[in-house]
Amino acid sequence: MNQEKKIKTVNPEAEATETEVFASKLEAKDSPEGTAQTADQQILARAQAGDHAAFAQLYSVHKRRVYSLCLRMLGNVAEAEDLTQEAFLQLHRKIATFRGDSAFSTWLHRLTINVVLMNLRRKGLNLISLDEALDPSPEYGPARSFGAPDLRLSGSIDRMTLEKAVEALPAGYRLIFVLHDIEGYEHNEIATMLDCSIGNSKSQLHKARMKLREALRAPAEEVAK
Amino acid sequence: MKYRDPVNDFPDDECAEFQASMPARIGAGEDLQNHPHMLTCERCRALVRDLEAIAEAARQLMPVEEEPPDELWTQIQMAIERGDA
Repeated sequence: MNQEKKIKTVNPEAEATETEVFASKLEAKDSPEGTAQTADQQILARAQAGDHAAFAQLYSVHKRRVYSLCLRMLGNVAEAEDLTQEAFLQLHRKIATFRGDSAFSTWLHRLTINVVLMNLRRKGLNLISLDEALDPSPEYGPARSFGAPDLRLSGSIDRMTLEKAVEALPAGYRLIFVLHDIEGYEHNEIATMLDCSIGNSKSQLHKARMKLREALRAPAEEVAK
Repeated sequence: MKYRDPVNDFPDDECAEFQASMPARIGAGEDLQNHPHMLTCERCRALVRDLEAIAEAARQLMPVEEEPPDELWTQIQMAIERGDA
């Protein structure tokens, strides 16, 4: 019946609150980790069976993680919103295929990365020769700020400054830096995702960090003048 | 043997050449810490320390999660209703 297929409007925040209450009651009874996992698995199973309210709960639980990942990889709020939406639509399409070989959050994380990478490829970003495509004349002179206190000792890295610097990186460098240094992927995993060699991933990461170093040093040097 | 000051005795072009070769060396899996230039050049060691500090800062500072706008869920629901999902 068509009416049954009609999706009811669901407030994910309200649903999440009910879930949290349910989960916290269970946690108080027994092993905290085990019972919370059981509650999550029940929500997941319901969502896989087509329960829209359960899908809304999944959205509520995972939206920050997915959105933040998109935002970091893309460095652009509007695109991050679009691709967060695309990731959850793909999740809706594919959720029944999740078999539990990995944690659901890991699976969703990879799905999100694939959505972002597909988008970047559609836009023509060559993920194999990232630096040549995006930064045709990288500057590798000796460290220009020689003599200045190093970043670690001067304590000049704060979150806001670092976020801005990462946001300003060329897309290819940002991608490698986010995947390795923030999301914790290994070079062999990144190489598989980006269809490049492990050596390429390593050298790109080095160049990304070099770019960040220049960006992070600039404000400190201005203050020192 | 003449003493070599680890800070002042390395000409710019020697460090520039070494630093320019870093990406390829790292890509090839070379351990830079054991390179003869690194063992004696404080300038390039400081550079590598900076890069490590940036990686460490990213691990510690960046995993803060941001909240997407509230309207996003409404848009997702509408897309599902339209059959986009």
